[in-house]
Amino acid sequence: MFASLMGWVDARFPATKLWKEHLSEYYAPKNFNFWYFFGSLALLVLVLQIVTGIFLTIHYKPDTELAFASVEYIMRDVEWGWLIRYLHSTGASAFFVVIYLHMFRGLIYGSYKQPRELVWIFGMLLYVALMAEAFMGYLLPWGQMSYWGAQVIISLFGAVPFIGEQLSLWIRGDYVVADATLNRFFAFHVIAVPLAILGLVAAHIIALHEVGSNNPDGVEIKKHKDSNGIPLDGIPFHPYYTVKDIVGVTVFLFIFSLILFYMPEFGGWFLEHANFIPADPFKTPEHIAPVWYFTPFYAILRAVPSIAGSAFPGVVAMGLSIVFLFLLPWLDRSPVKSIRYRGIYFRTALWLFTISFLVLGFLGTQPITALYTLMAQICSIIYFAFFILMPFYTKIDNDKPVPERVTFK
Amino acid sequence: MRTLIFTVFISFLSMASSSLMAASGGMHLDSVEIDITDQASLQRGAKTFVNYCLSCHEASYMRYNRMAQDIGLSDDQVLKNLMFATDNVGETMTIAMRAEDAKKWFGVIPPDLSVISRAKGTDWLYTYLRTFYLDQSKQMGTNNLAFKDVSMPHVLWQQQGYLAQDEETHDLSSATDGAISHNEYDVMVQDLTNFLAYIGEPSKLQRLALGKWVLLYLVLLFLVAYPMKKAFWRDIH
Repeated sequence: MFASLMGWVDARFPATKLWKEHLSEYYAPKNFNFWYFFGSLALLVLVLQIVTGIFLTIHYKPDTELAFASVEYIMRDVEWGWLIRYLHSTGASAFFVVIYLHMFRGLIYGSYKQPRELVWIFGMLLYVALMAEAFMGYLLPWGQMSYWGAQVIISLFGAVPFIGEQLSLWIRGDYVVADATLNRFFAFHVIAVPLAILGLVAAHIIALHEVGSNNPDGVEIKKHKDSNGIPLDGIPFHPYYTVKDIVGVTVFLFIFSLILFYMPEFGGWFLEHANFIPADPFKTPEHIAPVWYFTPFYAILRAVPSIAGSAFPGVVAMGLSIVFLFLLPWLDRSPVKSIRYRGIYFRTALWLFTISFLVLGFLGTQPITALYTLMAQICSIIYFAFFILMPFYTKIDNDKPVPERVTFK
Repeated sequence: MRTLIFTVFISFLSMASSSLMAASGGMHLDSVEIDITDQASLQRGAKTFVNYCLSCHEASYMRYNRMAQDIGLSDDQVLKNLMFATDNVGETMTIAMRAEDAKKWFGVIPPDLSVISRAKGTDWLYTYLRTFYLDQSKQMGTNNLAFKDVSMPHVLWQQQGYLAQDEETHDLSSATDGAISHNEYDVMVQDLTNFLAYIGEPSKLQRLALGKWVLLYLVLLFLVAYPMKKAFWRDIH
């Protein structure tokens, strides 16, 4: 019965073919470790955000007079509204936790290197889209941090020479962040950017399944195949990695639920305290800090001194800090992918880069002091040096020999 | 590596619980114990709230009947004892004073108190309500340690009495006696703070009640999922 039904479908739509290509006969390296949970977790969080987002949209009102109250209405009067809202707000931060770990995995195992350059590029585009999505979503509760965060970030576009003023006016739709801004950010947050994200996720996965997954040893499993053309070190994604990912998902959901049910504000890191005060265009908060996932870039922005009263150099530096990530596949000249077989230069550079990124993240949450500015400047230099010097130190690095086949460590 | 990840995660958790970003503004705050399951405390806090706060401040997202249910009162009890501005228990806690009048009389519109505990923190509220002191340079005759130059008068002066600030040490001491002792006043403010914490997030009661079952379910799921993974992977070397 089922076989004949599938036969009917397969004659009209490649259901079985897709299932095989992407799951039951997609051969993934057998030595995936802890770092390989985060791709599927990102997909899980994406679905969570879309589903909870739909329910929030049913009750939320994108109007400056009603937005703040409609969020509290969801928290109090909508059945399970509090759960849906916290799933979405905790999900936003969880998304970035998962994505940062996923990107870090790419860095340590060289997953961006040939032949996976496009996997990396699609991934980076996803990251940029996700930042836009989060930034616009944060305006919607219409609290003080929503308002002033948006005000600060949009005014950055005003620093662009010649067209700056017009550009920021065009983005806001008004001279200050106002109803027009809220309405268009709502449209982008619920329709435009999610559509882009879904398309990019498809491209990211199609590109990955075309070239095959990298692994912690950074060796190509397709080099050694059996007589049937199946990689010797490969195992079908389903069932092996589906059952493994269920374990990962369970652990992830445990930590996620712990935060959601017992500390949904996460001490002001996931939901800022000042955002429980309705937006007031006449009252600037003493200290405006973006949400934690933007703070490394915000720290870079503030670390660069302005020239002739223009913050444009800082804006350029912030933009470049993202652009350089796109260029990684071509900056890295080492023949070795995985950190396991890299030489001392790359290992040191990656450690310094990681530490400076975390320190920048912390500094971005803090008010400016002379010491903190100096620290942010040093960390920014390390951040950029990691990329600019990469062609040199990866070329002369004393890499170790890479094994022919994957190992279990 | 696993130890490192675990350490990083734990340090993030402790960072969050220490509330680095709390809005204290640098001043020392007295800490207060909050228990929104303590219905007796919430009932006392509700009484203080409707008698002293709910003439100038609103809690316009909080419904009377939701409150009744959560703090262990019947609709009828709330209707008779705690409702002065409306006689519909499905209404939210709004006031009769118009915003433009408030602006004229106080210089500012008294903020809605629905989520004030989440914006300011309970320690801040507890400190604020106990540190009004006499200051003749101010229009209301009082100032406040937690909220400098606040426009709000010392509404609870009959209970606490007035405090005066020592010019050198800046410590506060009693200038006039109140109707109740200082300890009783502290308890009164603690109950009020507790009530404000409750109305800040009434669904917290459901959240905490549900949380442990979700976590238990996930533990049980793990106990199935992990052996299943082990079984499937037995032959992979």
